[in-house]
Amino acid sequence: MLKDQDRIFKNLYNDMGSDVVSSQSRGDWVNTKEITDKGRDWIINEIKDSQLRGRGGAGFPTGLKWSFAPKEVGSRPHYLVINGDESEPGTCKDRDILRFEPHKLIEGCLIASYAVQAHVCYIYIRGEYFVDGQKLQTAIDEAYEKKLLGKNAAGTGWDLDIYIHYGAGAYICGEETALLESIEGKKGQPRLKPPFPALVGLYGCPTIINNVETIAVVPTILRRGGKWFASLGREKNTGTKIFCISGNVNTPCNVEEEMNIPLKELIEVHAGGVIGGWDNLQAVIPGGSSMPLIPKEKCETLTMDFDSLMAEKSGLGTAGIVVINKDQDIIKCMARIARFYKHESCGQCTPCREGSGWMWRMLERMAKGDATKDEVDMLGDVTNQIAGHTICAFGEGSSWPVQGLLRHFKKEIIMRNNLDPIVQKKNNIPYLVDQHLLDKKNA
Amino acid sequence: MSLRRPAKNQPENFEFSSSSLDAAKKIVSKYPKGKQQSAVMALLYIAQRQNANWIPLAAMKYIAKFLNMPYIKVYEVATFYTMYNLSPVGKHFIQVCTTTPCMIRGASKLVEACKEKISENEFELSSDKSCSWMEVECLGACVNAPMMQINDEYYEDLDKEKTLKILDKILKGETPKPGSYRGRINNEPENNRKTLMDYKNA
Repeated sequence: MLKDQDRIFKNLYNDMGSDVVSSQSRGDWVNTKEITDKGRDWIINEIKDSQLRGRGGAGFPTGLKWSFAPKEVGSRPHYLVINGDESEPGTCKDRDILRFEPHKLIEGCLIASYAVQAHVCYIYIRGEYFVDGQKLQTAIDEAYEKKLLGKNAAGTGWDLDIYIHYGAGAYICGEETALLESIEGKKGQPRLKPPFPALVGLYGCPTIINNVETIAVVPTILRRGGKWFASLGREKNTGTKIFCISGNVNTPCNVEEEMNIPLKELIEVHAGGVIGGWDNLQAVIPGGSSMPLIPKEKCETLTMDFDSLMAEKSGLGTAGIVVINKDQDIIKCMARIARFYKHESCGQCTPCREGSGWMWRMLERMAKGDATKDEVDMLGDVTNQIAGHTICAFGEGSSWPVQGLLRHFKKEIIMRNNLDPIVQKKNNIPYLVDQHLLDKKNA
Repeated sequence: MSLRRPAKNQPENFEFSSSSLDAAKKIVSKYPKGKQQSAVMALLYIAQRQNANWIPLAAMKYIAKFLNMPYIKVYEVATFYTMYNLSPVGKHFIQVCTTTPCMIRGASKLVEACKEKISENEFELSSDKSCSWMEVECLGACVNAPMMQINDEYYEDLDKEKTLKILDKILKGETPKPGSYRGRINNEPENNRKTLMDYKNA
């Protein structure tokens, strides 16, 4: 288990209060000037050395992303945008940072803004987190009062203003370009890339977009050194991460742990074990609903980081672990996730808008046992028609969980849905009757 | 995609009250000059708060004029985002999360409780017209599942009895205490905490 002194979010459970004074006693805002005095290149190199990867799901190296910002500010100002539109089922880590560690985030914003030369930072928070957003606003007001923000923020000589922008219940706005559209006051529909936001982003200006957790760990990394962060976890999967363990466990919780921690340790030690014992485990969704599930056999030895989960054809995503035990109907669980994606598709690309509804309706029928045998393969075909054929990664996100179900639980689906296809005429399924055959009969 | 339509009975006029107007002006100042369209989402929220939790078409027209942008652009935004209510929902608007992490911990019992106490169907006002409920997608408190949101506040770690008690209080006009209803502190593992022990007792 990670030592307490190596945990970054010491106030994860709000034992000490989130105001500026108690945050300072935990080490926030101490010598911020010394960090920025070392210069932009030092900051970006240190983040590169730490091998920090974005915590929002895709795992893109943060130092590399920052280095994409233009070196000189041209006629267009630079922007920093923080993505707090946390809506992935199974994930609730950013909420705790917003309400209990807001000053880590604000200080991170100042350092990141300095590194990418932005004078304005927008924090995009999902509309449902209104109360938590108000807590962050209180912290921002406190920071202005103490001259940690505004002109010459925290004595660094850098001017920075931070504004909160609330979303309004659209999951798709977590996609970075949809988020920019949303801040511009439009429908949250993703843009084509390239051009990437680092060059053409918010209002057509260079924009760096990072997740809340990514930015909140930056000040600690710079204080303790990139080497310290890189010493945790393993090569290319370094540092600590907040894991959210939900579902059928005895004590669901958020906990900050080292990367590459065994999944079994997370569930047994922190989450108090699976309800009904380890043998009652059916499957685990390892990284938020869009990542393919992993069956029990593989959970024994699985370690939680980006690359080891990739090797299992899944992903770490946002590290929202949903534990599903044998009391649950796995097909129903996935049908509900498919309904989520059907509801949240932005409607821009046809394969996703129509396909997400297809997948949901087929899975609902399969859960009831109303589907035919050949529909199981058809469902797999539908997922392949969606993934990779859309503007943003929502297509993949919606079809991967279904593909995961087909990969590991195909037997269960076929056992429940053993209706013969219509050609064998054993069952009259109205929506599958070939209209041409009917014509012949009537002729 | 979710299909959303405005209500049939629409009020004729809408205007910001003076406090809403101040708040709206403050929000417009957060964005660069000429980019006042960015404020449309926040202004729709202000209109929703002022108009008993829903947005009439007249408010969209008013906001379009206020921000000097086409009405259809405001309409697009209001119909795209699901948190803007386009028809009356009651003073207390209850949203029950039923996505998988909540579902497998018994969110259907919460839905049952809502059906018993408020109304048979979603979006239907209760008999005293003060409440309505709906099923929503993930509210981002999966560790505290099952949970529901009443107006701005989260009510977590629920079961059927606790939900019935909360709804009783709401119907009586009281405000129940938000947060966990199993008495645990925030998102820590209940009675099983193994990390940050020194801080817990500090």
